[in-house]
Amino acid sequence: MALFFLQQIESSVDSAHIAVDSAQVAAGAAHGAEGGLFAHLLEHVHDSHELDTPFGAIPLPHLQFFGIDMSITKYVVFLWLSALVLVVSLIIVARRNSKAAVPKGFGNLIEIFVEFVRDEIVLPNMGPAGMKYISYILTTFFFILLMNLFGLFPYGASATGNVNVTAGLAVIAFIMIQISAIREQGMKHYLAHLTGGVHWIMWPIMIPLEVLGLFTKAFALCIRLFANMSGGHIVILSLLGLIFIFKSYIVAPASVAFVVGLNMLELFVAFLQAYVFTILTAIFMGLGMQSEEHESREHSH
Amino acid sequence: MLEINPGLIIWTIITFVIVVLVLGKFAWKPMINALQAREKNIYDALRHAEEAKKEAERVLAENKAALAKANEETARLIREGRELAEQLKNEILAKANDNAKNVLSQAQEAIQREKEAALLQLRNEVADLAVIAAEKILDESLDDPKQKKIVDKVLQQLPKN
Repeated sequence: MALFFLQQIESSVDSAHIAVDSAQVAAGAAHGAEGGLFAHLLEHVHDSHELDTPFGAIPLPHLQFFGIDMSITKYVVFLWLSALVLVVSLIIVARRNSKAAVPKGFGNLIEIFVEFVRDEIVLPNMGPAGMKYISYILTTFFFILLMNLFGLFPYGASATGNVNVTAGLAVIAFIMIQISAIREQGMKHYLAHLTGGVHWIMWPIMIPLEVLGLFTKAFALCIRLFANMSGGHIVILSLLGLIFIFKSYIVAPASVAFVVGLNMLELFVAFLQAYVFTILTAIFMGLGMQSEEHESREHSH
Repeated sequence: MLEINPGLIIWTIITFVIVVLVLGKFAWKPMINALQAREKNIYDALRHAEEAKKEAERVLAENKAALAKANEETARLIREGRELAEQLKNEILAKANDNAKNVLSQAQEAIQREKEAALLQLRNEVADLAVIAAEKILDESLDDPKQKKIVDKVLQQLPKN
């Protein structure tokens, strides 16, 4: 069952890549006629300094700190919107849940997710020591989920569909993986682990590989989330774009039907990718937290 | 879409860290605590129920055992009572029989004694009467040795009983 879904998602990502390619080809080849159209459509998945609303575009401020462009762009707005909605709703839920003997309605739903994250993600992968990091894991799950879901609203955008946002999340995941590993197994074991446990002659080869391995995990997290979230949007845009390419209403029902189907898939993918990012982070943290305990047991033999 | 924008990365990190800190303090901690408290309550309640059930079963078994014991005791008491009653009855009967026999034999002895005494008295009376009669008949003619001889003769003639 899960394999089937994963295959579906892989294929959706693949098709997204093809769509990107064809879109670029189309944009490059016919810069005059359809090029403008595709450029316009792809603007939806690009960052911009304007916020589209039903009442027209709102210009966003340009900011610069220490020579870095810190402009409040479209994705920053959706980042903050997600954060605000998340913080407000969850604090309300926490207040309500702590007053009631048994949570009801929305509070109950949130609690099911919290319990799921605790019992199915944190405890099996990180053990009881993982409870120290549960705030981080829970926030990762809910924040990514909400950012994913925001892309499904009209005029909304998935902040996670931008590689910089997912890179930021991956940087935090990278830091958390290292911090948890160092805290649980000590600096000495952490560094020893980087040598791969081989003879010192091999160290010049092993150490760069192990260090690279640390970064690939986070890099994979970043690219996986970004590609999955932007891929679906591009496929939807491409399918809707077909209507304008063929300049025919006959194509519209088929396109719209596919887009509705894809939106359903996107809804599922929004949950799935939040789960995948979270469980992979938990697994990576768990590996770092347990590997040395395992290794020291081997040493003691 | 793929262009690197350090500002967005930094904004993401800042936002995420703030969200983690705020939610960690105001949402996750109370929620997890409430969850654990409720789980503990449920666990405790289940354990108490289990204990209460065991206790109830134990009491029931005890009651059954006590009842069985009481029944046995009652049966034993009744049996013993019957045996005792039987024994007492037999004893009383035996005693009564003995008593009756005693009374009877005593009565017979008494009768025998009375009879002998009466006979003896009768014999003395008869002897006296005989003497008086002989004296009347003979008057004062006879001397003492003759008188004695006659009396003895009369006595000899009297029936032996």
